[in-house]
Amino acid sequence: MQLKFSPEEEAFREELRSIFAKVPEDLRKRNEEGKLNYPDDIITSARILNEHGVHVPNWPVEWGGKDWTPIQFHIYREEMNLAFVPEPLPFNAGMIGPVIAQFGSQEMKERFLPKTANLDIWWCQGFSEPEAGSDLASLKTRAVRDGDHYVINGQKTWTTLGQFADWIFLLARTNPDVKKQAGISMFLIPMDTPGIELRPIQLIDGSYEVNEVFFNDVKVPAENMVGEENSGWTQAKFLLGNERSGIARVGYTKTNLARAKRLAAQTKTAHGTLLDDPLFAARLAEVENELLALEVTQLRVAASSADGKPNPASSLLKLKGSQLQQAAKELLADIAGPDSLPVAEVAADAPNGSARVSAPEWAQLAAPEYLNYRKVSIYGGSSEVQRQIIDKAVLGL
Amino acid sequence: MDFELSEEQGMLRDTVREVLTKNYDVETLRKVTDTDLGWSEKVWNSLAEIGILGLTFPESEGGMDAGPVEFTSVMTELGRALAPEPYLDSVLVPGSLLGIADDATRAELRQGLASGELLMAFAHNEPGDRWPVAAVATTATADGVLNGTKTLVGHGDCAHKLIVSARVGDEIGLFLIDADAAGVSRTAYRTHDRRRGAEITFTDAKATRLGSGDASQVIADTEVGIQTALCAEALGIMERSLELTVEYLKSRKQFGVPLATFQALTHRAADMYVQLELARSLDLYAISALADGIADPTIASRAKLQTCRSARHIGQEAIQMHGGIGMTAEYPIAHYVSRLTAISHTLGDADAHVAKLAKDLGSYDMIKVG
Repeated sequence: MQLKFSPEEEAFREELRSIFAKVPEDLRKRNEEGKLNYPDDIITSARILNEHGVHVPNWPVEWGGKDWTPIQFHIYREEMNLAFVPEPLPFNAGMIGPVIAQFGSQEMKERFLPKTANLDIWWCQGFSEPEAGSDLASLKTRAVRDGDHYVINGQKTWTTLGQFADWIFLLARTNPDVKKQAGISMFLIPMDTPGIELRPIQLIDGSYEVNEVFFNDVKVPAENMVGEENSGWTQAKFLLGNERSGIARVGYTKTNLARAKRLAAQTKTAHGTLLDDPLFAARLAEVENELLALEVTQLRVAASSADGKPNPASSLLKLKGSQLQQAAKELLADIAGPDSLPVAEVAADAPNGSARVSAPEWAQLAAPEYLNYRKVSIYGGSSEVQRQIIDKAVLGL
Repeated sequence: MDFELSEEQGMLRDTVREVLTKNYDVETLRKVTDTDLGWSEKVWNSLAEIGILGLTFPESEGGMDAGPVEFTSVMTELGRALAPEPYLDSVLVPGSLLGIADDATRAELRQGLASGELLMAFAHNEPGDRWPVAAVATTATADGVLNGTKTLVGHGDCAHKLIVSARVGDEIGLFLIDADAAGVSRTAYRTHDRRRGAEITFTDAKATRLGSGDASQVIADTEVGIQTALCAEALGIMERSLELTVEYLKSRKQFGVPLATFQALTHRAADMYVQLELARSLDLYAISALADGIADPTIASRAKLQTCRSARHIGQEAIQMHGGIGMTAEYPIAHYVSRLTAISHTLGDADAHVAKLAKDLGSYDMIKVG
């Protein structure tokens, strides 16, 4: 038993630190403060990482991936978070890239993978529908073959950052007469194809992060289908399995707790600072301790993972990881307290943090972020779905 | 990073598990814990025979030269079996404190402990103490005459010899005394988890000082070891509690179907699993620190805090999901939960450890492994 990084792993950590330092400091500062410029900051950062070969390390080596150990991936994610480098766009790096590399034709790989790695294409995800959330396989969007094309009709929702997307990867029903999982196919479609209409959905924090996407007689060339017809569920399961790895975001929560500590030490109360308040300090200490427990759990999972097979314990990481991300945002919002009420100037399109009042900018951003972070226990397989996976795959219930 | 037991360590664990599962089921456990002694000399002798009692002592002192990884895996097995044998109280703790004794005394006593023939206990806690406060109001004269009262001496009832902490001038010293020496009076008691202990009063009792110099550090280091051992024992108990609960959900039928068909129950079992694994992680964290020679009370508090939280969650949920049968002494889960509760109230509960960690918050920026 040895709970230590090897000298090689420490050297690897140093190497990554020097690469992450190449992402401009002002950009990383914006990320730390929750004020990234979309899509520019994401693209700038992605291209720097890609230039240094660390944007898509989870891909096959021939397409720019790295044959890192799970511990090296752990270090990579942690250092990225600690340096406030924006995480690679999940739709490109985590989702469609690996799917194309695994299931796409050689032609499709050559056409899409380099551009996907360099964020020359910004992808969005066309999976969820109004009637198909956790029960994704019940999706209704139809794709009907018409000569060398498919014609697509239907509606997708929760399409994150779709407003910046060049392409969408879409699940659609190609055979309505078989078991629901067996009649689904995956298509790659440019967002500017006639018949596609995008409607932004405003969220609880006032942000526009997700969208509805409508498909009206959208024509897609048959060669844009990934793999075989009706094999889409296999690809979707592969994609969703990858989605869970690294989703605990331990490094990110660490930075949030460190921030909470600094801000609490600056926040005056009747008897000193908020950090001196025993009740507040107890809450913070408790979350910190759970985070340490989760980090060691993540290392245990990494140290025991072989062949990149999804480990059912990754459901634990997602479940607890999202709870701790939320706990950290909750602490920050509670530190801001009454100063979290003002968020912006009066104009409806004024961004959060713009109110010209005494409440500092971080405090103006705190409550919207806290409200926004409810999402993390809903997306990527809700907490309830993760519990179900633990029951089936770990406990045999 | 390596969280696995070595082949040898795995064999040790399997051997202990075999001895204990052969000897204990809930009926035997009830019989054994209803005797005055409260544990089985037969099992004790088996543990001595396979070298478990002397596990952590050097070979020259009758031991096997093993370390924290080994003794904590024994604790986990004792927890899984709910074995009441006083390995921690009667052997590990006094064995560790003997580190300050002179060579001859240490070797002789450790050989006795390893053989299973000698039982010792650490008389440290006093009335009114509550972790982390240990007043040590018991006094010793320069020639070792003890006066004072020690309470909650785990397995002090059966000990042949006691190690007593006492104030001598400005120092805290450790003193060795026979449990039946003149001036020593013991009142034995039973705990809610069917273990044994004693309150012990010393009235002009003549003892021998162990080593010289202030013993506060060896006491503190030993306490880190005890916390880690208790966490390891609790881990075994929580593992079994979850296993029993899962088995019960699969086998028990109501409304014509197994309980496992109700998500209201199975999702709570998933949360028990999460709590178990978080506790295991900080347990491993504390064990590997100890194995690196670091007796860090902060690390021990971290492990104990998570253990207490997980223990309460898993224990209460386990009984609730068993329903009425979980309340009975005839079924194992109640015994597991009682033991978890006792561990959580030994050397600081969750609140006490949170309070300690909360006080230190300002001294570092970011929580880190290592």
